[in-house]
Amino acid sequence: MSLLLDVKGVTKRYGGLAANADITFDVNEGEILGIIGPNGAGKSTLFDLITGFQPLDAGRVHLDGHDITGRRPDIIAGLGVARTFQKLKPFTDLTVTENVMVGALARTSSMKVARDAALEALAFVDLLEKRNHFARELSTGQRKRLELARGLAMRPRIILMDEVTGGVDQRTIPGLVDLVLDLKSRGVTIVTIEHNMQVMMRISDRILALHAGRRIAFGKPEAVRSDPKVVDAYLGGTADAA
Amino acid sequence: MSRDLIMQAVVSGLLMGLIYALVAVGLSLIFGLMEIVNFAHGEFLMLAMFAAFWLWSLGGLDPLVSLPLVAAMLAAAGALVHLGIIRHLLNAPMLAQVCGTFGLAVALRAGAQFLWTPDFRTITNPWIAGRVHVGPLFIGQPQLVAGAICLLAFVALWLFVTRTETGLGLQATAQDRQAAAVMGIPTERMSALGWAIGLGCVGVAGTMLSTFYYIFPDVGVNFALLAFVAVALGGFGSILGSLVAGVLIGLVESLGGLLIDPSYKTVIVFALYLAVVIARPNGLFGRF
Amino acid sequence: MASDQARMLEFAKSEPAWPRPPLWSMGLGLAVAAFLLAYPFVFTSPFSHHLVILILLYALMAQSWNVVAGLSGQISLGHAIFFGIGAYSSTVLFVKYGITPWIGLVVGIVLSALAAVAIGVPTLRLRGHYFAIATLLIGSSVQIIVQRWDWVGAASGLYIPIDRTSPWLYLQFHTSKIPYYYLALGATVAGYGLVWLLRRSRFGFRLQALRDEPDAAASLGIAIARHKVLAFMISAAMMSVAGTFYAQYVLVLDPERLLSSEISIIVLLMTVLGGSGTLWGPALGAAILIPLSEYSRIWFGGTGRTIDLIIYGVLILAVCMWRPSGILSLFEEGIRRRKGGAT
Repeated sequence: MSLLLDVKGVTKRYGGLAANADITFDVNEGEILGIIGPNGAGKSTLFDLITGFQPLDAGRVHLDGHDITGRRPDIIAGLGVARTFQKLKPFTDLTVTENVMVGALARTSSMKVARDAALEALAFVDLLEKRNHFARELSTGQRKRLELARGLAMRPRIILMDEVTGGVDQRTIPGLVDLVLDLKSRGVTIVTIEHNMQVMMRISDRILALHAGRRIAFGKPEAVRSDPKVVDAYLGGTADAA
Repeated sequence: MSRDLIMQAVVSGLLMGLIYALVAVGLSLIFGLMEIVNFAHGEFLMLAMFAAFWLWSLGGLDPLVSLPLVAAMLAAAGALVHLGIIRHLLNAPMLAQVCGTFGLAVALRAGAQFLWTPDFRTITNPWIAGRVHVGPLFIGQPQLVAGAICLLAFVALWLFVTRTETGLGLQATAQDRQAAAVMGIPTERMSALGWAIGLGCVGVAGTMLSTFYYIFPDVGVNFALLAFVAVALGGFGSILGSLVAGVLIGLVESLGGLLIDPSYKTVIVFALYLAVVIARPNGLFGRF
Repeated sequence: MASDQARMLEFAKSEPAWPRPPLWSMGLGLAVAAFLLAYPFVFTSPFSHHLVILILLYALMAQSWNVVAGLSGQISLGHAIFFGIGAYSSTVLFVKYGITPWIGLVVGIVLSALAAVAIGVPTLRLRGHYFAIATLLIGSSVQIIVQRWDWVGAASGLYIPIDRTSPWLYLQFHTSKIPYYYLALGATVAGYGLVWLLRRSRFGFRLQALRDEPDAAASLGIAIARHKVLAFMISAAMMSVAGTFYAQYVLVLDPERLLSSEISIIVLLMTVLGGSGTLWGPALGAAILIPLSEYSRIWFGGTGRTIDLIIYGVLILAVCMWRPSGILSLFEEGIRRRKGGAT
């Protein structure tokens, strides 16, 4: 397995507070890396730093050997990095299909090709039924799938998912999990932030645990789960966030 | 360029700057509370000036006397504007928020022109008139008094916002509306209060301006532009920032007019605005 | 389940990419087109020609504002400057150097586009409110500068000398307004055609994405600054064409008339009223407001302009409070959503 994403010593400070302090980890091609940590641990900030939405104070990020530290978000996206946002951002005045087409247009300039790619992505996330609805009409769970489809239409090498199972109906979680695993089987590398420990344990090849902006554990799920620092941070460790 | 001329420009710039600051702080407060830029801010200043004028012309009240009355009228107008108009814009898209108050400005300006014609008015022989002689400088008494009163108003505002419970409620609402609501602060009322205070400040500034400035329907336009620059410079949401920025702009305008060309004042101020928002998007003190 | 999805997918792919507008609207469109083509020969008074010429011109200008505000979400409150650049460019070239306004038209477009870049690059990165304020300041500054610039006539402006020798070369028609009418029609049709293409293009799609959610758009590979500036340039060019045409139509220029905030206000209102972001919204707005303003001038005389402004202001406010997406947004939604799948 080759190294796809390499993050070294990444730091971000707001005034005196360090949202991310010297975080180092890597992601192998084709694996699923789970990121866990209590609220405020700095997980979303980490995504922002990697994808260029916020400037770093220190550290370097490499994608497949190329240094992408601090580059513009659209350039990083063009290199094959897709991401979803914790606070969902559908294009409200466009239809579902048009939303996903925007993603597809990152890879092609033909509207026809983009549309076909968009429909395929929608089929993958099981949203074809709603393809002609406006994005603002979707439920939260559907919006999450829309955002996923949008990122996938870009044919990314790696996708950073922020809280895919957050705020959705319990019953839809297994479906989302299957989606993620299906994605992996198609060769997409995945980094996912999750609160739901059960989901985390089930899908991750490796886990990165953050607490108060620092890395407290990084490695195979069983090792991370039984790491005393992680147990401390979670007050019980194996309790899931269901 | 004699030193006296420069000193003169500095002093008059400082005094005007205090007036700009008071106008700007209202804008800053409103934006801090609900992230809406009041594009009609200058027009309310114009209305305050006309109010003072008509109270003098028809009621014989000197602006110093009508000051509390005009301030109260503007404050009431502010609360009404919030309740009647702004509330409907709070959840609208950005286009509607910008164009909404912009439309209000257009309507108010044209309305004033329709009612009162574009003629320039002045308040002749107010109580405070004439000039004071301070060393080599001549300072107009109305400007001096205006500056002083605006400064006092500023201090009063500062004390209110930082020392009273209501004032702290305002601060809390401005910083985090949801958290404030959860803590039991009546955020709706705070918003209306913010508008009332904001326009009340404009009322004070306008009344003082009417003692020495021409009064006409378009008078608010330039003051509004300067206020926008002041708030951008000082930081949207910062009271202290508005004071510093307002005074700074008064000085830049005055000295720029002296050293470069008085008719290019807007251009100079625009250049300043551009420099500020690009270099320091959050202004000197601001959070946005 | 998989074959279900596969079947739906095949079906979805075969659907037309762009929904056909309902037959009644196509019929209406044809009727309007025929009407516009025949209009000058049906209504023959100069005033009736003048009225529609103005409607067409403002429809073009409003659409220009729509590109920058409706499609890319940047609210410009000083759009008149590009109108002024177009008008002044062709006029100065003709008055001082005898150059035909056709070339002046192109020069105006180029200068406007350059101005858009010069203004846009530093200001388009600002957030909505800050950008709007910047445009207000620019509009005001440009008007002041032109008022003091003697080479372009300062405050008294410029007169285009009357030329009766070659009407099509020098774009002056003195026997009838009909050529002006068809020129205006042509320019407006071209402008709307351009925007129609834009909305269906990759560029237009990505523009609308960045309007709705700039962060998400960036995460999908859209270069935000570049798109905004390009849209601004296109908008400026359209505005400039209208300016050149207007100068040739009225043959008198001054900063009061050409660079006033009133022009900036009215193109904003037309688009917001008709429906910003839609294709025909600006045209609808123009068709409503121009007759209103012309007739109010007739009824109220001198104060007509002031009353106009009061009405404009109130209208803008009312639309923003109650239906910010404008009149046409009601229809456009229905057209764009088609039957699909199980729902």
